[in-house]
Amino acid sequence: MEQEMVKPKLVIKSLYKIFGKHPTDALPLIKEGRSKEEILEKTGQTVGLRDVNISVQEGEIFVVMGLSGSGKSTLLRCTNRLIKPTSGEVLIDGIDIASLGDDELRNLRREKLGMVFQNFALLPHRSVIENVAFGLEVQGMPEEERLEKAKKTIKMVGLAEYEESMPSALSGGMKQRVGLARALASDPGILLMDEAFSALDPIIRTGMQDELLDLQNELNKTIIFVTHDLDEALKLGNRIALMKDGAVVQVGTPEEILSSPADDYVASFVAGVDMTKVLTAEGVMKNPDPVVSIVSGPRVAMKLMEDHGISTIFAVGKGKTFRGLVAVEDAVAAARAKKTNIEDILITDTPVTRPDTPVRDLMGLVATTQYPVAVVDENNRLKGVIVRGSLLGALDVTSNGEEDEE
Amino acid sequence: MNSFELPKIPLGDAVEALVEWIEINFAVVLDWISDGLDWIIEGIKYLLLVLPAPVFIILASLLVWLVTKRDTKLAIGSVLGLFLIWDLQLWSLAMETLALVLSSTLFALIFGIPTGILAARSEVTHQLVKPCLDFMQTMPAFVYLIPAVVFFGLGNVPGMIATVIFAMPPVVRLTALGIQQVPKELVELADAFGTTERQKLVKVQLPVAMPTIMAGINQCIMMALSMVVIAAMIGAQGLGYKVLEGIQRLDIGLGFEGGLAIVIIAIILDRVTQSFAPKRTE
Repeated sequence: MEQEMVKPKLVIKSLYKIFGKHPTDALPLIKEGRSKEEILEKTGQTVGLRDVNISVQEGEIFVVMGLSGSGKSTLLRCTNRLIKPTSGEVLIDGIDIASLGDDELRNLRREKLGMVFQNFALLPHRSVIENVAFGLEVQGMPEEERLEKAKKTIKMVGLAEYEESMPSALSGGMKQRVGLARALASDPGILLMDEAFSALDPIIRTGMQDELLDLQNELNKTIIFVTHDLDEALKLGNRIALMKDGAVVQVGTPEEILSSPADDYVASFVAGVDMTKVLTAEGVMKNPDPVVSIVSGPRVAMKLMEDHGISTIFAVGKGKTFRGLVAVEDAVAAARAKKTNIEDILITDTPVTRPDTPVRDLMGLVATTQYPVAVVDENNRLKGVIVRGSLLGALDVTSNGEEDEE
Repeated sequence: MNSFELPKIPLGDAVEALVEWIEINFAVVLDWISDGLDWIIEGIKYLLLVLPAPVFIILASLLVWLVTKRDTKLAIGSVLGLFLIWDLQLWSLAMETLALVLSSTLFALIFGIPTGILAARSEVTHQLVKPCLDFMQTMPAFVYLIPAVVFFGLGNVPGMIATVIFAMPPVVRLTALGIQQVPKELVELADAFGTTERQKLVKVQLPVAMPTIMAGINQCIMMALSMVVIAAMIGAQGLGYKVLEGIQRLDIGLGFEGGLAIVIIAIILDRVTQSFAPKRTE
């Protein structure tokens, strides 16, 4: 066997949750596949979760998404038993949490699970550092030790100067950083995030998403992230579970969800996606062909441009490192002046971008420059080129695709 | 006329018999309680009168100034008001009233806050406590005076007991309300981070409910003050007695002086307890 067996961090097996006084009445009906409305009418019980099966790997950001009432928050709360499942198993590191006694459950929550709340849930009477130290305090850690640990975590989320501030003095984004730091302080393996960024302004939300991804690179937690925002799900999720009426409709990577939606519901969900956020420079760039070597003369550059009918050409050095751009009129002038090297006529202040830049951020760049945009990797190697035509073409294809679906 | 008469249930007789029975069988216990409470009231009164009035007034006003976060206007008002009481030669009566209010409030809180906590946490307790509170609040205040007199005779102790019963409901209600109003997310936070029930109460519910609980304590003190005056009718000493005297003799001046002193104390106590309540943030 070449592939190593990865042990899943969290496994949920045929999980059902029914709200109401007599949940067992509804169970046989659910298993028959009756609808939520039908069951409510017949038994007066509300279906919360219906046969959910999920397996989350260690270090994965697993996004649970759906509209309100789809059961995503219920699923999250079943994971730490804030809500007790009606039937089924929730296994954390192989332990079924439904089988735990009060003390064992408490210890599991303290040591293995951190939670971040939609409306931050900061304690208004405690300063930032006391809020962050809350989990450690509950565990019974001595004050000095827990404040030290809290300090480190606060630094990690970039709030080092606000340790003594009260929550009421913080902005929404800062409050949620405190919420995140509090969840991280006791170093739990699993982070449960319940619409964690939904209450934030759009710009701050995007910033927090980026920061979460950065943190995740360092910490490698297993994150269950609940959201109703598809853009957020696509951005954060290694995998996404789409929920509807308490059931999981599809689980897959963002690509899979976008390219092969499991049913009409998922398709209609995905139809509204802003492709400019999903597509990256890599997806719309063209092969940079031809390029001219930096050691060539102006005549070579002229010839290449003439042959391909273009007015500018990228100059590259050893290993295809990006050096600059040569324009046709400069090459002609240089050739007349009998210069032998294009380095003198190189335009170096041309726009440059990275392969993973979202197309959304490229629009402005492309619109305001007369030159093609060079796509380079972290070693400054030329990977591709984006011209206005290719960008618009890429967007056109995707919008056509949408129309076909409808 | 030979109309049918509905037989009257002897409710009054039954209550009377019960009271008599308690009186006979628990006389010793009642005496202990009476002595204990009297000792507490006298003790507080003694402490309040230990300093000469002018010194006390200056120190008390300074304290007011500090706890109200430097409310200079109130501090100056306290100095003037308290000096006026002293000047009217009502000082020791005022301190006796204050002693009664403080001891009544103390007991109302000792019983009221735990009851409120229990009521907030258990639906059964809530259902039991609620009608009792309704009863205590709607029953005319004077009615409490009767059993208090029967069990404890005349004087400060029955006055205090009637006051405790009268002043306790807002503490119970507002403590329970404050805890129930703690945002659901904060309760979830406590559970999700693995608190014990005790930790949840002490670290989350009580502190978050504190502004509401403080409002209850404020109400309690105000009601205690008003009841202490009424309790003068069963021999409770203090300013209330002065007012009662004014009424009995139709001496408007006497009644007014006593009443004014009560108002001054009420305003100071109200502002001070209000300043204890942390502002609700968020």
